[in-house]
Amino acid sequence: MNKIDCHTCYVALAALLLALPWQTVCADQFTAADLERWQQEYMAVVDQGEKLFHGGLQSKNTVSCDQCHPNASNTHPETYPKFQQQLGKVAVLAEMINWCIENPLESEPLALDDPRMIALQAYITQERRQVPLAPGKH
Amino acid sequence: MSRINRRNFLKKGGALLAASSLPLSLVEVAFGKAAPENFTFAYLSDSHITHIKGKEFVRNWDRGLIRAVAEANLLTPRPDFIFYGGDIAQLGKPEEIDHGLELLGALHGDLHHVMGEHDYYLDLGEHWRKHIGPDHYSFDHKGVHFVVLNSILTYDDWTYNRWDSPMRRMQEMARLDNPNGSPFMVGDSQREWLRKDLDKVSKDTPVVVFSHSPLQKIYKGWNFWTEDAEQVQALLEPFDKVTVLYGHVHQIQYNQIGNISFNSAMATAWPWPYPASFTQKASYLPKLTVDMNRADPFFERDATGWQFIDLHTGDVDVHYVLPDNRNRTVAFDDSKGHPVDTEYQPESKRIPPQTHY
Repeated sequence: MNKIDCHTCYVALAALLLALPWQTVCADQFTAADLERWQQEYMAVVDQGEKLFHGGLQSKNTVSCDQCHPNASNTHPETYPKFQQQLGKVAVLAEMINWCIENPLESEPLALDDPRMIALQAYITQERRQVPLAPGKH
Repeated sequence: MSRINRRNFLKKGGALLAASSLPLSLVEVAFGKAAPENFTFAYLSDSHITHIKGKEFVRNWDRGLIRAVAEANLLTPRPDFIFYGGDIAQLGKPEEIDHGLELLGALHGDLHHVMGEHDYYLDLGEHWRKHIGPDHYSFDHKGVHFVVLNSILTYDDWTYNRWDSPMRRMQEMARLDNPNGSPFMVGDSQREWLRKDLDKVSKDTPVVVFSHSPLQKIYKGWNFWTEDAEQVQALLEPFDKVTVLYGHVHQIQYNQIGNISFNSAMATAWPWPYPASFTQKASYLPKLTVDMNRADPFFERDATGWQFIDLHTGDVDVHYVLPDNRNRTVAFDDSKGHPVDTEYQPESKRIPPQTHY
């Protein structure tokens, strides 16, 4: 590429940048439309979690989470991590979800990054929204 | 049975009670109108027997009922009869009702049943009625008038027009927190039957009413609720002493509305959270109620406890026997005119496990 060609190239690039200013925005700038879309992405996972919670896990014995926890109540996501006295250690919510899956539901535990585990936590936390964080609370 | 004799009764049952984690209620009635002839009855409820496939049933719920039946058979003196408070099945399947009745069949004594929504919404109670009997009736026993109601009916449109299959209808009603659910009710025709039934009873006769849902309004979102509760209460209002005993809620509740005392039974299957622990909606647990201890899920039968209910001079004392927890007594306080927990009623006496959030 010779100098003239290169100069032409820079001019063209500058023109392009001026013509398409949104391509230059910084990472922390977003629009109301972005927020709406992200909320929709989140709620889609909450909805998936709601279905899993109400029988969608298809547990081996047919028992579902909502049988003991209607509206995910008595799960207390705001209190984790906490010292789970029955386990004798500090645990996160996902570990307790797996405890329930293995015991009352008599099924195989999920990987902690399994999309179903993430969805269950999204639903449980959504039903507990606006309750202040209280890590460690029993 | 005098107070002293009742204590003896408790003493005799002491070893049993100490070892017990049973969700059954032993009910002592000591207020027969004419020539009081005291007697007792036991009360089991909410076993939710669940069919998996073939001959497989959910072990946890089976064990709850098996244990209750075994303990009830050890009770001495023998109760005059046993009440079952409804929801013997989870999805109303013939396999579930049959298996539940098979387990209950080991009970020594006459059994009375209340219809629960889990028994009803698959076949609208057909299998249940065929094998158990009518879903509402009354009888007199030693001076007390007993009434059994089916309180889990709902609007016809929901029952008959909404769902594409009976199983779908059952599953929708079985889900406690279902926004597509429908409120329970006794309904016009049964209330008319009740009005006529009570017409024949003198107002000083103690009346004990069994229903599955509370005949009071606590939280509609989970059907801790009966839509026509006030109309049923109005029919009971003329009587001197009325007690309503109900299942469905899987937790300790008690209340007093006018002349009517309300007491719930524990489930043999699993406990439910109090409605206030769902923070997105308002609920109306009776202020009188001191909550049961929070359940420890690591102990399978915890918070499924059992209680015996002792009705004396027309009022109610409830003795809750709670596995892995201290027992509780909720007794009618004559001076206050309502039930109180004999130990925990004052705010200052409550203990941390009774705090639900």
